[in-house]
Amino acid sequence: MRFLLIEDNADLALSVSERLKLDGHAVDWASSLEQAHSCASGIDYDLILLDIMLPDGNGQDFLNTQRQSNRDTPVIVMTAQNSVSDRVALLDSGADDYVTKPFDFAELEARCRAVLRRRGGSVKNTIQFADIEVDLLSATIRIGDETRNLRNRELRLLEILLSTPDRLFSKAHLVDRLFSYSEDPSENAIEVYVGRLRKKLKGSRARIETVRGIGYRMHSE
Amino acid sequence: MNNAVPSSGSLGRRLLIQLLIVAAILSALLYLAVRAVANQAAVASHDNILGASAAAIAEQLGTDNDGIVIDIPYSAFSMLGAISEDRVFYRIDIDNETATGYEDLPAPADSTNTSKPIFYATQFRDTTVRVAAQTRVIPVNNKPVSVLILVAQTRRAQDTISAKVANTAAALGIGFFLIAGAMSWFATRSTVKPLYAVANAIGRRGAHDLRPLQSPVPSELSPLVKSLNDFIARLRSSLNRTETFMAEAAHHVRTPLATVRTQAEIALRQAETDASRKTLRTVIRAVDESSRSASQLLDHAMISYRSDQLSTEEIDYTALVYEVIRALSATAELKDLAVLSDIEPGVSINGDRVLIEIALHNLLDNAIKYSPFDGTISIEMKRDEQGCLFKISDQGRGLDGNEQSALVQRFQRGENAKDVVGSGLGLTMVEAIAKAHKGTFVLQQNTGPGTCATFSL
Repeated sequence: MRFLLIEDNADLALSVSERLKLDGHAVDWASSLEQAHSCASGIDYDLILLDIMLPDGNGQDFLNTQRQSNRDTPVIVMTAQNSVSDRVALLDSGADDYVTKPFDFAELEARCRAVLRRRGGSVKNTIQFADIEVDLLSATIRIGDETRNLRNRELRLLEILLSTPDRLFSKAHLVDRLFSYSEDPSENAIEVYVGRLRKKLKGSRARIETVRGIGYRMHSE
Repeated sequence: MNNAVPSSGSLGRRLLIQLLIVAAILSALLYLAVRAVANQAAVASHDNILGASAAAIAEQLGTDNDGIVIDIPYSAFSMLGAISEDRVFYRIDIDNETATGYEDLPAPADSTNTSKPIFYATQFRDTTVRVAAQTRVIPVNNKPVSVLILVAQTRRAQDTISAKVANTAAALGIGFFLIAGAMSWFATRSTVKPLYAVANAIGRRGAHDLRPLQSPVPSELSPLVKSLNDFIARLRSSLNRTETFMAEAAHHVRTPLATVRTQAEIALRQAETDASRKTLRTVIRAVDESSRSASQLLDHAMISYRSDQLSTEEIDYTALVYEVIRALSATAELKDLAVLSDIEPGVSINGDRVLIEIALHNLLDNAIKYSPFDGTISIEMKRDEQGCLFKISDQGRGLDGNEQSALVQRFQRGENAKDVVGSGLGLTMVEAIAKAHKGTFVLQQNTGPGTCATFSL
């Protein structure tokens, strides 16, 4: 997906860009409202991540201008404020959702997908591998003519494994990416999800191979 | 806000009492003036008749060779009898010697200048009489002879008239006082009314309404209202400054925290050893915890502030519940939790929107936090006899013997919740919000696993 990140703090902007790129997204960074406007008018982004306090104005003004000029790229606001009234005001002025800084990227990703699903727009976000097609937005997997639904963790596990086929992912790595940091699951918890995913992949040429004692990799027969 | 203000007495009462004192003085003066004028008029008319009577006698005086001939005309007394049944006395002195009549009827002290009648009241035989005295000089044998004529009448009729006049004057005075009193009361009321209008205009306001007073007020009140408006403006700008400060403070604290967290996530991706993984997870957890505590503390402060003065409005409760579920659905999805909801459509309630949203958010957030993977959270919202019920049930670890009364204490967390990020303020807030709305909050252990929280308004 292609993101426009509007954030004046360079450290945060670079980190967020880097982090999103790790998940395979393209990110353009605008550090002021002015830059943001020129970016947004030239390129069709899938999603805009918007900070509210910017050096040359309020992010809310950007939202208003966008909505008034009928640009309906979904906007997720990154707010530092947690008060309910601020959030209500943001949603009222046309934001699709918000995350409170500091945010969890797994949660941000989930919110992005929820927003894109809700919009039901033309954004396609699919991964092809062997004879399967994974639709990340609708959380479905297509094998031939058959469509199967995936639960969130199954989808994320599949997405991770498919990001670099044939690469070996350690259980620890998978735990870090699948579970929130406030949870302390055992590495065995991964086995449950691998088992479920294998069931969902049954009948396709995609195989999840176990490397005993280390982890898993995705392989096409 | 129900603090009694020390009172230095009532302006209205002070004004009314002053007006009543003035009315009483005016009434007394009116009484005295009416009585005096009426008495004077009565005495004057009596004097006229007495004078006419004396003049009539003087007119009929004649002379012959022996001296003065006195011939009292009938009319002289009949005119006196016509006005009352008071007794009439007379005395006629010729050259200072009583010729006829009552010689003990007192003569005027100085009778030299009585060619015109003079009048006086005097004591005569145990009663008061009014006397007209007139002197006529008649030449007898070319010698002037002075004749003094006194005509007197008792004052019973006069006294009766005086008494009547006094009564009338008193009635007039009392009537005047009553009318003036009533008018004073109305005047006082209408004068003080704008004060109450201003007080009401402020009293009726919502807790967070800081607009200046706009309605027109009497010019005497405008300095007060102007000071009040200045005060409101200062308060508003101070609150705005505080809000701006808080927003900027939050921004400046949370932005670097977000950088730390993001960098830690990136580093965790590339972590080679379990030790560094563990360290980075601890960093992320600490960031989450501090961020969460900051939010909860701010929410808690806001609840303490708003509970005193609820900004009550009509809330579309159904829509609010759906919005809270929507806001947290991404978090629930991350744990593959199914959120089942049974929500009655079209329910609206009266309450403080901000507070109720915080309460529902906390309850659902708790249920998500303590739910196991792939769990189910059931939310039910419906009207009941008392009002409105919001029930949320999870399949988490339950209360594990912890009492609700302990869990709603500030910074108290269940013994079985140590491994989950939390501030120990969530349930405290929910309980405080229920209480502020005169509702109830009940935590129960499910018969199966998990907890059931019921928030009734």
